[in-house]
Amino acid sequence: MRIAARELLRRPGRFAIAGSALTLLVILLLLLGGLLDGLYLGSTGLYRQQESELVTYSATSRDSLLRSRIDADLRAVVDATDGVAATHGVGIALAGYRIEGEEGMGDAAVIGYEGAISGVPAPPPPGEAYADRRLAAAGVSLGDTLLLGPERVPLTVVGWVDDVAYLLQGGLLVEPDTWRRVLASARPDAALAPGAFQVLAVATDGDPAAVAAAIDAATGGATSTLTVDAAIAALPGVTEQATTFTQIITVTFVVAGLVVALFFAFVTVERTALYGVLKAIGASSGQIFAGLVLQALVVTAGAVVLGGLLTLGVAQIVPPGIPLLLEPARAGFVAAGMLVTAVAGGSVTLRRVIRIDPASAIG
Amino acid sequence: MPALEMTDVRKTYRSGDSEVVALDHASLTLGDDEILALVGPSGSGKTTLLSIAGGLLTPTEGSVVVGGEEISALDAKRLTRFRRERVGFVFQAVNLVPFLTARENLLVVAELGRRDGRAARRRADALLDELGLSDRAGSLPAQLSGGERQRVAIGRALMNEPALVLVDEPTSALDTKLGEQVMELITSEVKSRSTAAIIVTHDTRMTHYADRTIEITDGVLVA
Ligand SMILES: Nc1ncnc2c1ncn2[C@@H]1O[C@H](COP(=O)(O)OP(=O)(O)O)[C@@H](O)[C@H]1O
Ligand SMILES: [Mg+2]
Repeated sequence: MRIAARELLRRPGRFAIAGSALTLLVILLLLLGGLLDGLYLGSTGLYRQQESELVTYSATSRDSLLRSRIDADLRAVVDATDGVAATHGVGIALAGYRIEGEEGMGDAAVIGYEGAISGVPAPPPPGEAYADRRLAAAGVSLGDTLLLGPERVPLTVVGWVDDVAYLLQGGLLVEPDTWRRVLASARPDAALAPGAFQVLAVATDGDPAAVAAAIDAATGGATSTLTVDAAIAALPGVTEQATTFTQIITVTFVVAGLVVALFFAFVTVERTALYGVLKAIGASSGQIFAGLVLQALVVTAGAVVLGGLLTLGVAQIVPPGIPLLLEPARAGFVAAGMLVTAVAGGSVTLRRVIRIDPASAIG
Repeated sequence: MPALEMTDVRKTYRSGDSEVVALDHASLTLGDDEILALVGPSGSGKTTLLSIAGGLLTPTEGSVVVGGEEISALDAKRLTRFRRERVGFVFQAVNLVPFLTARENLLVVAELGRRDGRAARRRADALLDELGLSDRAGSLPAQLSGGERQRVAIGRALMNEPALVLVDEPTSALDTKLGEQVMELITSEVKSRSTAAIIVTHDTRMTHYADRTIEITDGVLVA
């Protein structure tokens, strides 16, 4: 072990190629993970911040918020269902905006709500909005008036809120009537009557799954009620993105394992004579193997640190349109995954180390 | 108690279909502070005998007792421990760890036995001093001359206070004068510790350093 540590210190150049390859793979893993997290968190913010346990859609919407419609009569049925503690109407209009008196323009998700969104105050007065902080990155400032949709419905930004995006569009949280005006402007075909929402966030005081079934039974099948987690999974693209990225990330870990395995297999072959001598003077296979695994771990840990720092640098120059989000939890996952990969990759040398004949030192 | 007692040791190697007899019914007793020179032509079985005495090879037949311990039937793990604790090797090719200093090459032995402490460091320094290497202790093998490397190898062989030192052609890579110095150093170090040693050589001019000389031809010992 100590011999292996000294080799790392005295001959760091020997490990440079493997270290560089692993550093690049760490950067790739962090960027892939960061994109996945950015896509996921940016797509699901509005749902994740719901304080309620359930989301009720109209049955014909096939669990799409933008297609769903719940009018006041249907809502009354839901409200009257046993186990329903409270309902909060939610609606979204995806619309383009222009900043009044400025050049800037962009897209936003105008969210009509009645409350019960974590970190968001009660709805502001008509014509005002709390803006998702990601809109600040797109050039929106506090006090700006945004003109929404073809009819240029004016909304004044009166405060910032965090993490309430929907499908990567920054949220503009408004009271329900303001939202209906924007919806009528952006999508005249989908305009809704006063009192109607797209979905209901439902707080329960019982087993959420049982309450969900009770709601759909009470409405005679006119509604489809999902838990928040199921509603997130039903968001367009969310599950597909997660699966695709997870596969790429898995393959990248496998490649990292192969890099470690090949490099240390090569080191072992190159060191056969030396290991033969060490065995002749009393080193066990276990001691030699432990040294190799230690080297694999140290090289990989170095790659994790260097790759992490370089990724922070890369994140600075990524254009704002790319939903890259570097989360500490992701960094921890990549670090732990790489160290496990290092041990697994380094372990392929075991068979070779065991087979080295101490008599080769003298023959 | 004799340092080494080999009785009717036979070692054969398979090479393809044929069988090479490297050692044939070799019997040998070595006193506990005796230095034995083993001479013979190339391919006569010298290295094979040394390897068996030092637990690097197991004999095909026969018994090998080192310091009272029968080693011919030990498994690989026990042989590793035996080599670590009981014997010191000086190999023909010097084989120091290239990225460790002279002093660290000595301490490797102690680290492998998990006995690296102040005592081991003191012992390493004392050995380097005896071998005239005090001012080379921090040098890497590549910075040392051939003779200095050979002396470091001798120091490494003595680090674990072995009861039996096994030396394979220590002078073959050195010129005559240097070879004699190394031979003298080995014998004086071994003598001063009352340790037994077998020194293999094919150079009969070196045998006067030993207490006794045995010749080997085609795997057969001739007293
Ligand atoms: N690993 C081996 N496989 C097959 N034959 C071997 C092996 N090692 C040694 N021999 C043979 O055994 C004989 C004795 O070898 P060795 O002990 O190395 O002799 P020496 O050291 O006296 O030169 C030689 O004929 C050699 O070719
Ligand atoms: Mg030989």
